Amino acid sequence: MSAVPKPQIDIGEYRYGFRDEEQYVYKSKKGLSREVVEEISYMKGEPDWMREFRLKAYEHFIRRPMPTWGGDLSEINFDDIYYYIRPTEKQGKTWDEVPEYIKNTFEKLGIPEAERKFLAGVGAQYESEVVYHSLREDLEKQGVIFVDTDTAVREYPDLVKQYFGTIVPANDNKFAALNSAVWSGGSFIYVPENVRVEIPLQAYFRINAENMGQFERTLIICAPGSYVHYVEGCTAPTYSTDSLHSAVVEIIVQEGARCRYTTIQNWSKNVYNLVTKRAAAYKDATMEWVDGNLGSKLTMKYPAVWMMEPGARGEILSVAFAGDGQHQDAGGKVVHVAPHTSSQIISKSISKGTGRSSYRGLVKVYKGAEDVKSNVVCDALLLDETSRTDTYPYMEIEEERVSIGHEATVSKVAEEQIFYLQSRGLTEDEAMSMIVNGFIEPIAKELPLEYAVELNRLIQLEMEGSVG
Amino acid sequence: MSTVPILEIENLHVSIEDKEILKGLNLTVNAGEIHALMGPNGSGKSTLAYVIAGHPSYEVTEGSIRYFGEDIFEWSPDERARKGIFLAFQYPTVIPGVSMANFLRMAVTNVRNARAEAAATDGGSAQPFTPREFRKLMREKMAQLKIDESFANRYLNEGFSGGEKKRAEILQMALLEPTLAIMDETDSGLDIDALRVVAEGVNSLMRPDMGVVLITHYQRMLNFIKPHFVHIMMDGRIVQQGGPELALELEEKGYEGLRAALAAGAQS
Repeated sequence: MSAVPKPQIDIGEYRYGFRDEEQYVYKSKKGLSREVVEEISYMKGEPDWMREFRLKAYEHFIRRPMPTWGGDLSEINFDDIYYYIRPTEKQGKTWDEVPEYIKNTFEKLGIPEAERKFLAGVGAQYESEVVYHSLREDLEKQGVIFVDTDTAVREYPDLVKQYFGTIVPANDNKFAALNSAVWSGGSFIYVPENVRVEIPLQAYFRINAENMGQFERTLIICAPGSYVHYVEGCTAPTYSTDSLHSAVVEIIVQEGARCRYTTIQNWSKNVYNLVTKRAAAYKDATMEWVDGNLGSKLTMKYPAVWMMEPGARGEILSVAFAGDGQHQDAGGKVVHVAPHTSSQIISKSISKGTGRSSYRGLVKVYKGAEDVKSNVVCDALLLDETSRTDTYPYMEIEEERVSIGHEATVSKVAEEQIFYLQSRGLTEDEAMSMIVNGFIEPIAKELPLEYAVELNRLIQLEMEGSVG
Repeated sequence: MSTVPILEIENLHVSIEDKEILKGLNLTVNAGEIHALMGPNGSGKSTLAYVIAGHPSYEVTEGSIRYFGEDIFEWSPDERARKGIFLAFQYPTVIPGVSMANFLRMAVTNVRNARAEAAATDGGSAQPFTPREFRKLMREKMAQLKIDESFANRYLNEGFSGGEKKRAEILQMALLEPTLAIMDETDSGLDIDALRVVAEGVNSLMRPDMGVVLITHYQRMLNFIKPHFVHIMMDGRIVQQGGPELALELEEKGYEGLRAALAAGAQS
């Protein structure tokens, strides 16, 4: 006779799995070809240079083999994906200009409410296009640009042309090439010299259609002495077949500027999330990635900071939760090109059931980059006997006068911790969520309060047997 | 007041990993009583505490534990807590990243709301516990136990000194207002001043409808908290019972002396 029956913990139901009926203006046929790429460019009325860029990228994509490292990509069928869906003819400047059903979806996701409460600007992308965009008037007056990237190509061609594809070249990797060929939507941000955007700007990415491929392209330029905090969130309906999300994010942080980029990725568990995110930080500039990965079937994402000039600093905070059937292959890359630069990577992962999390990170110091400091901490928490975690820390240090730290821990939730909390009246689920939330606290406290609460709640949902 | 004992343990046999630790233990605690449970290392005192609280590693092979006449074995540890059973741990566990305040709020809300619901089914009023009430209550109890306010923001038991850990346990007890409190060597690792604060805390929390089991090695705790009954435990059983004088006798003879006396008594 056992003293106590052991309760079961079930995975929480995905809360954002609802779908809208398709009422689209245009939906490309399935599969990828040169024609599809040309069609996308034509529909957008793009200049020749962008069409050329796309077609070249398409060639790269065709030639590049599928990566064989990281997660299992063998089930992705590029012929079974819709590469471009235009949900509506025009972008709304107010939510009332957005088609009713799409507006309802974003309302369910809490975007207009968040916008009213604590955001300075919002972009909302539905399938391939940004359907809503806003920026607070005072920021507009200060010269801040926050538009979708398609609009930027039309309205700020010089800026876009100068930087587009310079941080992540089209031939960087197979999925960057794919994005470069078929990209649509995403955010373009330009913060003028010495302008500080104290309230976050947010973009929200929603996939609705089955077998959808979403390929947004984001470009952020922080002029000298400026500051911006950009936040992105994303969800999708739950389908039995897989969708693909493959974004490219390029960031330029000029002298003395600071950029913080926060992601709360909460895709449904049928989405491949294969994203290339990279920033270049110049003299005395700081780039911070705060990367939260909760959803998706497989995520491969390693936000990178290239420190190009002395005084640059890169910081990456990564938190991943791998539930049943999920693989989170996440981490970060810091590349010290210049001397007197510093970086930090803090990664926390949680694995549960058949979930698997991997930390994959790179610290690279170029020859001549003296007086570099870099510190990497990665902690993994396993919630049970079946979950799995791996660590792949890569170090390429070509300079001797550097200080590099690395520590990694793997821990299991101790029975004693659960028992202690239960003996104070918390259920086993509550105890488990409290321990998990404590584990990620060092990262949660870096988030704006609203997002910390959201992260907390999402993790609680993952731990509970029911929908919140 | 109810005449059903708060705690009634009969012929309790408990094993861990097939090793029998408790070998037929009997103990009854009534409302208003403080029982001291003394015994040498390895006699099974902490095992008893864990079994009452519902630790999953222990297997009850025989006997019963009743709480107000109800068998508790099917209750999970949190159910037991919500029904008013409290264990002050000898070695409280560290929970990194979880602040005392967050932890206490959740614990107190769960326990108090459960109590309010139970009261409602008995015809009483069910008042859900609000965060504002909680903060007020926490500040009050912390002041009472001379605990600094900064404590609320520290992570649960992380980097706490021995004395701080024990005081934190008493703070939890103060907020949860249990009906049955098992205190597992709450005196160990405390200097005399800390012991005095903790003991005064326990005394101030004692209510007429409450029962306490104080587990300790030493008599010194009993100078501050006066037990009504003293039980000596050896090898998984209670071998002798008496009033407070028994603790003094034990202090004088030691466990070895007592063991010898018991052996002699058994032979005569």
